[in-house]
Amino acid sequence: MRLILVFAFLAFALSSTGQDDLLDLLGEDEPTQDFATAGFKTTRIINGHSFELNSHGVLDFKISHRFGRLNTGAYNLFGLDNAFMRIGLDYGVTEWLNVGIGRSGGAIKYYDSFVKARILRQQTGMKNVPVSLLWVTDLNIDANQVIDTSLLPYPFTNRMYYTNQIIVGRKFNDAISLQFMPSLVHRNFVRTKAESNDVIVLGVGGRVKLTRRVAINMEYHYVLPDQLDPKYSNSLSVGFDIETGGHVFQLHFTNSRGMAESVFLTETDGKWDAGDIHFGFNVSRVFTVHRPKRK
Amino acid sequence: MKLLLVSALILCSSVVSAQGKYFTRDGHVKFFSATSVEDIEARNHKLTCVLDAASGQFEFAALMKSFEFKKPLMEEHFNENFVESNKYPKGTFKGSVQGLDGIDMANIPSGTNVVAAGKLEIHGVVKELELAATIESRDGGYAIHSTFKIVPEDYNIEIPNTVRDNIAKVVDVTVEAQLKAFNR
Repeated sequence: MRLILVFAFLAFALSSTGQDDLLDLLGEDEPTQDFATAGFKTTRIINGHSFELNSHGVLDFKISHRFGRLNTGAYNLFGLDNAFMRIGLDYGVTEWLNVGIGRSGGAIKYYDSFVKARILRQQTGMKNVPVSLLWVTDLNIDANQVIDTSLLPYPFTNRMYYTNQIIVGRKFNDAISLQFMPSLVHRNFVRTKAESNDVIVLGVGGRVKLTRRVAINMEYHYVLPDQLDPKYSNSLSVGFDIETGGHVFQLHFTNSRGMAESVFLTETDGKWDAGDIHFGFNVSRVFTVHRPKRK
Repeated sequence: MKLLLVSALILCSSVVSAQGKYFTRDGHVKFFSATSVEDIEARNHKLTCVLDAASGQFEFAALMKSFEFKKPLMEEHFNENFVESNKYPKGTFKGSVQGLDGIDMANIPSGTNVVAAGKLEIHGVVKELELAATIESRDGGYAIHSTFKIVPEDYNIEIPNTVRDNIAKVVDVTVEAQLKAFNR
C-alpha cells in the first residue's frame, strides 16, 4: 500500500514537471540587449525635444501650427483665424544622431536648425542603463524685418540665437515617461541691460499613455529669475498625442506661440492665468528613405 | 530498501535526458502579410528549436523583439501596439511531430512530409494548431521546414481601422531550422 502511494506521488510529481519543457533543456536564454523604445510617440513632446530619435534612414516631415489666443474671443473663433506655422524636416543620420531644419512663418519668422545626439540609451539585458542621455544644440536665425530704424544698421549676428540642451529621460513603464532638460540659450543681441545674453532654463516633460495609441503630454520650462524682460513667462504646454500608423498628430494648448527653441524658451509672451492660450497641433509623417543594412 | 530502489529507478528513468535531442538557437522564422496597400515582412534569426527524435516531441520559441522589419516604425508598432512584447515577450510552439512511425530516424529522405500538432502561443493566447512540415536528415541532425498561416485576430491582436487595409487578415509564417545533436 505504502509502495503504491509513493508510486502515485512520484508519478504525479513527474507528470507535472518533467514533460512539456523540452526548451528548458537549453537552459537560460542568451542575454539580449533590450532598448527601451517609444518612450514618446515622436521626437518632440510638444514644443521641445523628447528623448526619442528618428531611426537611421528615417525622414520626419513635421507641420506645426499655433493658432491665436483663446481669449481673443468668438470674433476670431478663439484664435483659429490667426496662425503661426512651422514646417520642418528631421533626419536620422545614424541610430544615435539626428539633424533637422525648420522655418517658422506668420507674424514671427525664423529659420532653425539642430543637431541632436544620444550619448546613453536606456536599456536592460546585457547592459543595464537606467536613463537615456541626449544633447541638443540648436541655431535659430531671426528672419523678421527690423522695424525700429534706430537699430540700423543691424548686423546679421544680431539675429542669431544658440540653444544647448541636455535631456535626461527615462521610460518608467509602458505608460509613463519623464524627462528633465536644462537648457542654456545664448542671445547675441538683447534690447536692454536688464536682459541676460545667456539664459538658463530648467525644463521637465512627460507623458502618460491613455490607450495604446493616445497619450497625454506635458512640458514646462522654468526660467531662472532676473534673466528676461518681465513681460515674458515660463512656457507651459499640455496636449495629446494620437498615433494613426505613419502619422502622429499632436494637439495641444500652450502659452508659447514660437516653435523654435530660443523663442519658446525665452520669448513666451502669453500667460495661462490671463487666458493667453494658443491651441495648436503638430503633424509628424515619417518616410523611410534609406534602409541601413542590419547586423 | 525495495521502496528506495523503486523510487530511485523511477527518478532516473524520468529525468529528461539529453540523448536523442536535437536543437538550434539560430533558426529562422519569417512572417509575411500581403495587401494591395503594402507588403510587410519580418524576419527573426534567433529561433530556438528542439526536437526529441525518440518521442517526436517538438518545440520552438522566438523573442518577439527579435523580429526585424524593413521600416523601423513598423517594428516599433509591432512591439508596442500589436504583440505587446514587453507583456508577452515570446511566441512558442509546443507539440509533437506525427507520422514518424516507420521512418528511419537515422536517415530521413529529403522532402518527407510530417505534421506537427500542438499549441501555438502568441500574445498570451494559446491555439491548437497542426503545422504541415518537412523534415530530412542533414549533417548529423535534421533540417526542418514549415509554412503555415495564422490569423492575427485569433490571438487578440487588435488592428485599428486606420491600418486595417495595410495588414492582411491572414499572415503567412515560415519556420526553417537546421537542428544539431544536443550534448550537454
